[in-house]
Amino acid sequence: MLTGRAWPSRHVLAALSLALAAFAPLRARAGEDVRLWHAYRDAEADALVQVVEAFTKETGHKVELLAVAHESFGSKLAATIPRGQGPDVFIDSHERLGDFRARELVGPADAALEDHAVYSAPALAAVLQDGVHWGVPLSAKSVALYVNTRLVDHVPKTLEALADLQPGLPTGVFALAYEAQSAYGHMPLLFACGGRMLTDDQKFGFIGPEAERSLAIARDLVDRGVVPTDADGALVQDLFRSGRAAFAISGPWLAGDLAGADLDYTVVPLPLVAATGQPMRPPLTVEAAMLSPGGAQRPAALALARHLGGAPAADLRQRVAGTLSVRADVPVPKDSPLLAGFSAQVATAVPLPATPAMRSTWEPAFRAIRKVLRGQATPAAALAEAEFRFDDVRRPPPPPASPTPALLLVGLALLAAAFYLVQQARDPARREAVRRSLPAYRYVAHSVIAVGLLVIVPLVLGAATSLFAGSPTGGYYVGLTNFVEILTARGGPLLISGSFYFVLLVTIAWTLVNVFFHLAIGLVLGLVLSRPTLRLRALYRVLLIIPWAVPSYVTALAWKGMFHKQFGAITGMIHGLNDLFGTDLKPIAWFSDFSTAFAANVATNVWLGFPFMMVVTLGALTAVPADVLEAAEVDGATRWQRLWRVTLPIVRPALAPAVTLGAIWTFNMFNVVFLVSGGDPDGTTDILVSEAYRWAFTREAQYGYAAAYAVLIFLLLLFITRFPGWLARKLGRAA
Amino acid sequence: MSPSGQGRKVSVLESIGAHLLLIAAVAFALYPVLWVISTAFSGAAELAPRVLPIPAEPTLEHLRGVAFSALKTPGEPDRWLFGLQFLNSLVISLATALVGIVIAIPTAYALARFEFVGKEGGMRTLLATQMFPTVASAIPLYIILDGLGLLGTRSGLVLCYATTAVPFAIFQLRGAFETIPKDLEEAAMVDGATRFEAFVKVVLPAARPAIAVTALFAFMSAYNEFILAATMLGREEMYTLPVVLQRYISEFSADWPKFAAGSLIVSLPVMLLFYVAQRHLIAGLTSGGVKG
Repeated sequence: MLTGRAWPSRHVLAALSLALAAFAPLRARAGEDVRLWHAYRDAEADALVQVVEAFTKETGHKVELLAVAHESFGSKLAATIPRGQGPDVFIDSHERLGDFRARELVGPADAALEDHAVYSAPALAAVLQDGVHWGVPLSAKSVALYVNTRLVDHVPKTLEALADLQPGLPTGVFALAYEAQSAYGHMPLLFACGGRMLTDDQKFGFIGPEAERSLAIARDLVDRGVVPTDADGALVQDLFRSGRAAFAISGPWLAGDLAGADLDYTVVPLPLVAATGQPMRPPLTVEAAMLSPGGAQRPAALALARHLGGAPAADLRQRVAGTLSVRADVPVPKDSPLLAGFSAQVATAVPLPATPAMRSTWEPAFRAIRKVLRGQATPAAALAEAEFRFDDVRRPPPPPASPTPALLLVGLALLAAAFYLVQQARDPARREAVRRSLPAYRYVAHSVIAVGLLVIVPLVLGAATSLFAGSPTGGYYVGLTNFVEILTARGGPLLISGSFYFVLLVTIAWTLVNVFFHLAIGLVLGLVLSRPTLRLRALYRVLLIIPWAVPSYVTALAWKGMFHKQFGAITGMIHGLNDLFGTDLKPIAWFSDFSTAFAANVATNVWLGFPFMMVVTLGALTAVPADVLEAAEVDGATRWQRLWRVTLPIVRPALAPAVTLGAIWTFNMFNVVFLVSGGDPDGTTDILVSEAYRWAFTREAQYGYAAAYAVLIFLLLLFITRFPGWLARKLGRAA
Repeated sequence: MSPSGQGRKVSVLESIGAHLLLIAAVAFALYPVLWVISTAFSGAAELAPRVLPIPAEPTLEHLRGVAFSALKTPGEPDRWLFGLQFLNSLVISLATALVGIVIAIPTAYALARFEFVGKEGGMRTLLATQMFPTVASAIPLYIILDGLGLLGTRSGLVLCYATTAVPFAIFQLRGAFETIPKDLEEAAMVDGATRFEAFVKVVLPAARPAIAVTALFAFMSAYNEFILAATMLGREEMYTLPVVLQRYISEFSADWPKFAAGSLIVSLPVMLLFYVAQRHLIAGLTSGGVKG
């Protein structure tokens, strides 16, 4: 009985194994190979290859080099090193050391260091934690002042003098282009005012009169038009490269992008702030070759790390890629004013603390800076809120709970399930039903296994994570505490930004508005496109599907660019309208207000989603029988009546599942919200999914908390999709 | 009264109106994409806010830079990898589509035709899996794949993508199978075919459009996926295109023109597939594809 009808499974297995065989895993690595991961590109990557070649020639060890996207570097390390599959050596910035150590991704590197006197003291100090060195310092990076020597003939000593140059510059040229809104970009000004980001005891340091002063100065620069608003790294680069900025604050990476531009420039250390008499001191990032715990045990890996930090390598990097060496015996070459400028700056730069607390300062600091620069809050108020958020993220983890109640519950549930199963097995009608189901099971078995193992099990495990708290390597059971914390908004007000209920309201509004527009536009276009007399139908269809076809992470970024207040296309249209109609519309700062940021997100998501609805409508419309429509027409119904009373009711059952699925996808639409508004202003446009992501990946890896969010999202969606049906049945029964 | 005379006049106006509406919609649909194209072909950054996305200093260097980027391996000659990576993306996505529908088709058929114990619960579970955000299931997935020995392999990736695409595929296909009248199979079985033979020879061909649509969905979900691919693939030769693209965004600076150029190249196969399959697309979604 079983063998004769085993056809589906056999064929399926054959197809599966053929598909898998096509991708047989590549050969296992040879014993002597050392794995090195990095996130370099262009000249830095070239320099690294040359350094590694020299290493192989010297020692005979082969090196397996892998370039990883910076965005996924951390998570790739975290996913592979604990399973013994990661690199032996990897190159990253020292500020992530605290994080890596907490996750046990990095091993001691003392054995790979040469005589300590050879390295510069700040560089060595940057990799020193708890008396152990955790990496071999390779190079130092900081921002400095780029000077467009065609626009200015001397470098002012103070920031104020620099700002005073603005009136004398041609229109459209900024005196200073720098990333005023990023916390990293604001730090030189902060240090010049005597402030800091983090106190020595790991509390929020970006608060108090010094910090407020730095914000006031920055705000003043923006208000006077000396500094562009909303500048990110790409804009700073574009402005300086096209000669629209006399000065720019940026790092060595800008030099690479300026190659080939028609520009005369040099690099000097940042100026003083006359108001405080202190120099602007940028944060210092030390790139180091770090060893994984496994790599720290392998002599070949230690040798590679030592070689990477060695004198010939440092010299090569300096010459080929322009990265500053941190070795006392490899001085800056005399013929490079750029390197000389950066080297002078590095001498006064402040090494970033490498503790996990430091990483938690970025988000609150960045939000505070943004609020002040947009004129939405006073420095004191914004910083107080930032401190509140910092403390919120750094709150002590909940106390461990005893798993006994949960285990008891699980035990009871299992007993009940076993009891139920035995009871079912005894029932002859049930046994008969199962026997009759067996042929169906043959069709279903393989997908049950596949989906069960690869979809349901991870889901359940992921959901189970919500019952734990603590760091990724040291999690412990806390029962329902995570849920309680979320639902009580961690003791704070229920409706401020960041609280579950606020985000929930935003998410519901987001979903409703989007689905409405998706449906409306999709329906209208579907109706128009299904007119039988329309020509060029196929062409229109293909063109209208394009938003669906281009990857959403690309187009979301394109939309974001269009909404930029100073340089985006929407502003261009406003200017165009002003020119055409003589109106005086002001460009909109899209991401400064909740309503406009929300509208920007909605515009992007509607653009992404209407093709799907349109195609579904087209399909559904072809099922509308022509004879019913004709009959209606003969009976005297107008076009509108035919549409409303005949077409739409027929189409509705076909549309309903698509609308449900579309609503679910919109509810969980992470890409658009994260990439377009990024939660701006101040996290108010974040939806539940993006909020969960932040808890998992930017707020010190609070995976349990994020998982609790995910479970809540799931329960909400379950309720929302089942409730109308349940309600309809209840009401139907009553009627 | 002759409706045709009046009808024709009204139609011309309506036709123009319809075309205008469609042209406006097409402009709306294409505008951001034109910006991506413009960035990909711009040699310099033109910084006045512009309305028309015309590239400043048109150049092909970004396209060439992306398409012909060479992998420098220490001690070995430079290799051109982009073609291989393109192929990776295509093959992985095709394999996902294939494996996905192979897993989904028999299940969807069983759900459409048979009554069996666990049917209701199974359907509800399938729908429920669509609601859980994958943020939380990524790490358990790595652990499971590691246990299977498939971490870091392309086959492991295909398996992940395929099984994630399966629930949606099952819904689509089940709806499609339900709209195929049972008489067709029954006629075949009366003629001596087994149920399975009837399934393969009668039902599957009739459901071809829906199967094509489902395969396309699965293809696209795998083709554009970045996070799993970036974290799991361990060799540059195995990278897929979204991973390659993300490498143009580094910590301090991003090479937007190359990113845009790469995105265009990445989008081409999908556009081609859409153009070729669009009739199936609509027919497939018609035949009850999305009827619950």
